[in-house]
Amino acid sequence: MTKLISYLQYPFVRNALIVGVLIALCASLLGVTLVLKRFSFIGDGLSHVAFGAISIAAVAGITNDTLFTMIVTVVSAVLILGGGRYAKIKGDASIAMISVSALALGYLLTNVFSTSSNVSGDVCSTLFGSTLILTLSRADVILCITVSIVVVALFIFFYNKIFAVTFDEDFARATGTRADVYNYLIAIIIAVIVVLAMNLVGSLLISALVVFPAMSAMRVFKSFKKVTICSAVLSVICAFSGMVIAILAGTPVGSTIVVTDIVAFVLFSIVGKITEGRI
Amino acid sequence: MALIKCSDLTLGYENIVLAEHLNLEVNSGEYWCITGENGTGKSTFMKTVLGLRKPLAGTISYGDGLEKNNIGYLPQQMQYQKDFPASVNEVVISGFQGKTGLRPFYNKAEKEQARRNIEKFGLAELADRCYRELSGGQQQRVLLARALCATGKVLLLDEPVTGLDPKVTEEFYELIKKINREDNITVIMISHDLEACRKYATHVLNFGEKITTEEIKHD
Ligand SMILES: Nc1ncnc2c1ncn2[C@@H]1O[C@H](COP(=O)(O)OP(=O)(O)OP(=O)(O)O)[C@@H](O)[C@H]1O
Ligand SMILES: [Mg+2]
Repeated sequence: MTKLISYLQYPFVRNALIVGVLIALCASLLGVTLVLKRFSFIGDGLSHVAFGAISIAAVAGITNDTLFTMIVTVVSAVLILGGGRYAKIKGDASIAMISVSALALGYLLTNVFSTSSNVSGDVCSTLFGSTLILTLSRADVILCITVSIVVVALFIFFYNKIFAVTFDEDFARATGTRADVYNYLIAIIIAVIVVLAMNLVGSLLISALVVFPAMSAMRVFKSFKKVTICSAVLSVICAFSGMVIAILAGTPVGSTIVVTDIVAFVLFSIVGKITEGRI
Repeated sequence: MALIKCSDLTLGYENIVLAEHLNLEVNSGEYWCITGENGTGKSTFMKTVLGLRKPLAGTISYGDGLEKNNIGYLPQQMQYQKDFPASVNEVVISGFQGKTGLRPFYNKAEKEQARRNIEKFGLAELADRCYRELSGGQQQRVLLARALCATGKVLLLDEPVTGLDPKVTEEFYELIKKINREDNITVIMISHDLEACRKYATHVLNFGEKITTEEIKHD
């Protein structure tokens, strides 16, 4: 406990906690929709795209690489998700194609052009985000807080529309809801979250942030509202405790958060079995 | 002016044509039944009228102030995800979605109306239950209640009585008749229940070898 308090005196630890909790919150809000739309792997796919974009930015000497990565990722997300269930290529197949291409391209470029001697180390930290979260700049933190506020506000504002479009897209379309607009909105938000989240857990583990809280909440609760609220709360708790454990025990941040999410999932599965949907 | 006007419509998919040169006018207050054997294109016609599919040729125009957000719709099969967590309440009230525009939440009147529609279909006790855990007939009633929330001028129903028991079916027909007469809501219903079609409809559209329309006179 005293160790934790002494750590909290370092601004970078506080920054990491704030950013971590906010990203976990945003990811879990959209997670419910993405899981239900069978786009669980979108987080993974987009983070590979972002990884490829970062590599290209590094090789091409683009200075504002966050912005560049953001644009590339948003465009990919719109391509994958925008068509809704009318997309020509099946969702999972198109995600797999785009993500594998981006990953391969990114690794290839880093390998061929990298000036650093520790290529696999660099790649590894991009993929697993091992130390990045502790090296956040003030600007990063402010950007993350702003984006999180926007995401949460958009989500609350469009909550009922997101429900309608996710539950029955045809009905929503037929009765005058502009389903395409909301599909694009969801795509753009998730892309922004993925780019931000790469700093926290690295690109490989983003899917965990998107999928686990939603899946855990769905074990126990049976209405959309309860599932959404539960997964948001759960995600925040897991991210916070995961980071605290990581700091105290000196374990990698991303993997530790995922492990807490797994533990929560197991607990919720057991609770779900016991209550049998009576909540 | 006609509420819905189909001009020289060709229906079908990439590889098959289901109907050609279909001309049709549906006017406010009418009660249409669409009949025909399986696979003749009834559901396709309805989806085309709703704008969910593009016609292969021809046009569909809405008149008389008809907008998408005063159409109620009951799909024949809903492709919802099997594990979707949604309560009966949430599903029914989502029928109002098209009407809310940019307003983020449902207002008092909408909540009240949703509650009444839930009651009309005898779902009051199931209101907080999970949609996916209901029986087939109960699910059908939930979707009918949702369609009622969405409607304002037109109600399009694709085989609404499928899965309903005889008592609920009878109540349902009476309810639709009442909505049609008293609230002046135009009804377009696909049905295999020919007897009920004769009894309630003002017009019948039959998909057969040829597509025919018939006006039914009630005294
Ligand atoms: N997505 C699709 N792509 C290609 N062909 C289709 C598609 N959907 C339906 N069809 C074909 O179009 C024809 C008409 O289908 P439709 O669903 O409109 O029939 P229906 O008249 O509603 O039949 P039912 O009484 O069984 O509901 C069928 O032969 C079907 O095989
Ligand atoms: Mg049909």
